[in-house]
Amino acid sequence: MGSLLVGVYLFVLAMFVGFEIITKIPPTLHTPLMSGANAVSGITVVGALIAAQGGSVTLGKILACLAIALATINVVGGFLVTDRMLKMFKRR
Amino acid sequence: MTSWIALLYLLSAGLFILGLKGLTKVRSARRGNAQAALAMLIAIVATLLEIGIVDWRWIALGLVVGSAVGVFFALRVQMTQMPEMVALFNGSGGGASALVALATLWQVSVEPGAPGTLASVMGGASAFTLSLSIFIGALTFTGSIVAFLKLNRTLSGDPILLPGRHVINALLVAGSLGLGGYFALAVGDSSQIALYALVVTGLSLLLGVLLVIPIGGADMPVVISLLNSYSGIAAAATGFVIESPMLIIAGALVGASGLILTQIMCVAMNRSLANVLFGGFGAEPAAGDGGPADEYGPVRSGGPEEAAMLLDAAERIMIVPGYGLAVAQAQHAVRELADLVEKRGGSVEYAIHPVAGRMPGHMNVLLAEADVPYEQLLEMDRANADFKNVDVAIVVGANDVVNPAAQNTPGSPIAGMPVLEVWKARSVIVIKRSLSPGFAGIKNALFEGETTMMVFADAKQAIQGMTTELKEL
Repeated sequence: MGSLLVGVYLFVLAMFVGFEIITKIPPTLHTPLMSGANAVSGITVVGALIAAQGGSVTLGKILACLAIALATINVVGGFLVTDRMLKMFKRR
Repeated sequence: MTSWIALLYLLSAGLFILGLKGLTKVRSARRGNAQAALAMLIAIVATLLEIGIVDWRWIALGLVVGSAVGVFFALRVQMTQMPEMVALFNGSGGGASALVALATLWQVSVEPGAPGTLASVMGGASAFTLSLSIFIGALTFTGSIVAFLKLNRTLSGDPILLPGRHVINALLVAGSLGLGGYFALAVGDSSQIALYALVVTGLSLLLGVLLVIPIGGADMPVVISLLNSYSGIAAAATGFVIESPMLIIAGALVGASGLILTQIMCVAMNRSLANVLFGGFGAEPAAGDGGPADEYGPVRSGGPEEAAMLLDAAERIMIVPGYGLAVAQAQHAVRELADLVEKRGGSVEYAIHPVAGRMPGHMNVLLAEADVPYEQLLEMDRANADFKNVDVAIVVGANDVVNPAAQNTPGSPIAGMPVLEVWKARSVIVIKRSLSPGFAGIKNALFEGETTMMVFADAKQAIQGMTTELKEL
């Protein structure tokens, strides 16, 4: 099985897992879910890190550095603001 | 990649799923978020280990700048501005994925001047998904920026309808995908590849703008949910480019999450996704039954004193908050009134319609910020089962979501939309500035109901007035 097919398998199976879990998340937590999803989508930082290794000053590196910055905004900002929100949910 | 680094990525993917599972309960939600953050940290450390000892200056610069901006946003944002922040983050997520694809393209093909097609340099699957990653990432980027500008009212919330927009958009989709596939698989010269990639980027950026400008401000909750999904799918596409299973899994989870929320929002607004995306809803006042405010029959209205007298005799009170409550910043005032009612022996609960705020779950966060215990926030079905036992329902700044026309007027624009059945309560207090229609542009028969008392005032002032009057009773 080629790596593309393996990737498609993973994508589809992860979608199924996602649907199963996320449909169980109560509406009260939908905003934190979205900001948390913002943070998780910052996972693309992994690709950016790989593209940014090396010190040469080329357009490729500059684009990769910019990608790291944008993805890190999501990661750091997303998890922090989600925590800030979840802290406010209190019981009686 | 050594096997143990690959296993670190597996650990990370597993923790992402566990973290998401934590979000299924309020009690475990904070831990779930922390687990997802840990998963991210493991993924980043594993990647740095995989890269090994190289020149890290670009990496450090990106991480430091991104962290600083991220911390700034996360600590400064007001809870009322969460929709804007999520819109911006959708955009930066999509933008990052498109940039990773472009950076990779430049480094493997354009800068070394590699001979042969991109497919022959990096494999057909990676080459093709690279063009997809540019497409989805770039349109998510500009689409999100337009959504942000509409949400913060820099751009008008009115739909901007270009003539022939469906044809233009269809051409842009076909053009970006076609040219993307062409430069990935067929073009043999690296400078030509660069040119085509830039054209695809430009077309996709334009498409993002054109897809969102025809959508009305009231539909932004659907749009940001959908763009949330796209930002995950863009990340998954990047995972295909660099053949990273972990990226594919995390991206798919975000993609699924956004799709579910999109679906929930569409159901709550009684609209199909196609109708939201292509309908240009809200372009003109909706036709059909109902009409402007002057068609109302006799309406019973009162001031805070009369409202307080109703509350004085009530045991069970249900508060129905709408967008107007957030606009008036009346969350804290509502909480104070609820505290007073409880001190006098009554009970207070809140009925939350899925589209009560400006994004999925937004009203819950606003009330949580005002220290309302989350057990008091009832979902629509629970609340509807309870209204018959409620003495007084207080509708604060909500309109369409409490309109009985959704159930009893088949020709109404909102017919079939799930609504909160407040009219089943013994009495209803509606706090609203005037009889002006809501987003649907129609009359609300609740306002002239026999058990309804209108309090025409700013939400915050009215609630504070009721609290003052109730104290004196």
